[in-house]
Amino acid sequence: MQKAVLLGDEAIAQGALDAGVSAVYAYPGTPSTEINEYVLRSKEHRNGDVVATWTTNEKTSMEMAIGASYVGKRALVTMKHVGLNVAADPFMNVPITGVNGGLVIVVADDPSMHSSQNEQDSRYYGLFAQIPILEPVNQQMAYDMMPYAYEMSERLNAPVMMRITTRLAHSRAGITFGKKTKQNELSLPKNRKQFILLPSIARVQYKDLLNNWPNLINESETAGYNKYFEGKDKSKGIITTGIAYNYLMENYPEGIDFPILQIAQYPLPKKMIQKIYDECGSITVFEEGAPVLEEGLRGVLNNGKTINGRLDGTLPRDGELNPNLVAIAMGLSVPEISATPEVVTARPPALCAGCPHTDSYTALNMVMEAHGDGRVFSDIGCYTLAALAPLESINTTVDMGASITMAKGAADMGLIPSVAVIGDSTFTHSGMTGLLDAVNSKSSITVMILDNFTTGMTGGQHSQATGKLEAICEGLGVEKEHIRVLNPIKKYHDDNTKIMKAELAYMGVSVIIPRRECVITLNARLRAAKNKRKLEKANKENN
Amino acid sequence: MKRDIVLGGVGGQGILTIAATIGTAAVNNNLYLKQSEIHGMSQRGGDVMSNIRISSNEVFSDLIPEGKADLIIGVEPMEALRHFKMLKPGGWLITNQKPFINIKNYPELDDVLAQVDALENHIMIDADSIAKDLGSVKAANIVMLGAGIPFIGLDVKMLEDALGVLFGRKGQDVVDLNIKALHAGIEEANKVINK
Repeated sequence: MQKAVLLGDEAIAQGALDAGVSAVYAYPGTPSTEINEYVLRSKEHRNGDVVATWTTNEKTSMEMAIGASYVGKRALVTMKHVGLNVAADPFMNVPITGVNGGLVIVVADDPSMHSSQNEQDSRYYGLFAQIPILEPVNQQMAYDMMPYAYEMSERLNAPVMMRITTRLAHSRAGITFGKKTKQNELSLPKNRKQFILLPSIARVQYKDLLNNWPNLINESETAGYNKYFEGKDKSKGIITTGIAYNYLMENYPEGIDFPILQIAQYPLPKKMIQKIYDECGSITVFEEGAPVLEEGLRGVLNNGKTINGRLDGTLPRDGELNPNLVAIAMGLSVPEISATPEVVTARPPALCAGCPHTDSYTALNMVMEAHGDGRVFSDIGCYTLAALAPLESINTTVDMGASITMAKGAADMGLIPSVAVIGDSTFTHSGMTGLLDAVNSKSSITVMILDNFTTGMTGGQHSQATGKLEAICEGLGVEKEHIRVLNPIKKYHDDNTKIMKAELAYMGVSVIIPRRECVITLNARLRAAKNKRKLEKANKENN
Repeated sequence: MKRDIVLGGVGGQGILTIAATIGTAAVNNNLYLKQSEIHGMSQRGGDVMSNIRISSNEVFSDLIPEGKADLIIGVEPMEALRHFKMLKPGGWLITNQKPFINIKNYPELDDVLAQVDALENHIMIDADSIAKDLGSVKAANIVMLGAGIPFIGLDVKMLEDALGVLFGRKGQDVVDLNIKALHAGIEEANKVINK
């Protein structure tokens, strides 16, 4: 049997390929990016058997996946947790249409916010949408769950969410592969009205969704991913969700005497929960993320048995778990931790040497001196690092696309000039519609679209904006003479500041596009070309 | 056998290559493996760390518990010290002595090196110079991997094979250079151990 060392993300991708997935759509976002990167590298994609692509945003991804499901094919859509906010509209409606081909939505949460602006727990969304949620305990289970997820999706006519967190996504383990399933044939839904959510149809199908709930609970009780481990010391029962089980077992290498309920599938298995609650004196809940299960168990009145978890201070209310937090919660001793030596100094991430954004911001900082602090609305990408020293150029970053719309709101209220700074990929993700709003109300804002031809922060994925920015802006109604393209290098610093000054003075929407390739993708391209030449030369010599 | 190893360095210094080499060798050796790292924000010149756990029994947690690592391998001295709280009593700290200075307030190098020197179980080597003498400073990370090998207990042949897999597409000369770097690191560590 084939075994490989794979990231959790990669195990999911391989699982989908082996489950006969036909289409994979994604917008990059840490810690989910490596799923689609793996599919894009796979031979199944390269030889044309599997469609895989980066899309404009998570909503377009999700809708494309629904389209693939409509024609009977198995589809995968992946995103980070905040990406699901963008895709929430189709996500909330596809449970009512149901599926034709199996549909799996992988959402990677980021508790402790290693690379995110919040730590929202996607299980709330899954429960909100009333669909099955899988939360693998380890990388092998993540792989194994993919064929099951597709089979269940088709059998129960339900989209399936898989929720993972950073540590599973970005940790490698040895994965044993299972058997490969063939792709589905193209076939239209038998009921041709299934995907028409007119109120008259939606009302009927929503009842079907509600009636499906007991089947989903039954699935959670019987599929085998939720496991009950008997224990002889019933003074305490332990419920773990997802990878929290590993932190528990880490502390009990010789085995554990308390009964454990390991949750890896939702809706919650009612009978299993009833059993542990009835037979144990108290319950301790370990959840990687928000206290979703714990809140449900306590209920509004919280007047049952003693429950320990994130809501009573046994564990911190926020942040990811780790072995020592779990040890303390279990009343075990943890090793005395030596202090970090005082010489150790913080080394925050920074823009790379030679990054075009540095030149863009250096020019902008100079121009903004005349207007004072607090006027630069920014967005999500590498360029958000300009919040930190030494540049300290930006004043806001809230969500994808919010730079343009917040600048417009502020300008509407009289903060003129207001400047938006957004990356090329973020602009096509969620900036275009806001720019149309600004054009339609003739707001006095200047939008800088930093065009480095890539989605940089997540490792240099293809940007949907490349080659299209001027045409998009013009199409949205920005006046041609106020779309200015700059080359952000030191040599042109004076010219660039002049253009910025002029556009800031313009009482209307202006767009400045500083354009230069990301140094990381540039270097990678040059290196790859060099290696290719070297290999070709070596091959020639060998022949 | 069971080893918990923390790797520390700066984005771009080849931490993940060290991790991938150990990981590939461990799994080919039929050992259980968990190897976690943080991607994303930390890649832009910030500090990067990876946890590697290998064992003949199932490994549960992706994270090494604080105070329980057998070994810290630093490709940069301050980054090795950054993870000091991970080290178990009696554990070894193995680091490159060459600093990577990309921040204005980098501490006095002598103070950093003195901290390392003060530890009972440490190995500090100039991996950059060793790698440079072998042909490319880029192999400094593999020199550091080599310096950790006597403490990890993996078969050297397995690691050589893993380097072959990981660097194969860059040409045989790159593979050979890295194998040499691996052995140079092992030699340096043995000098200290056999003292």
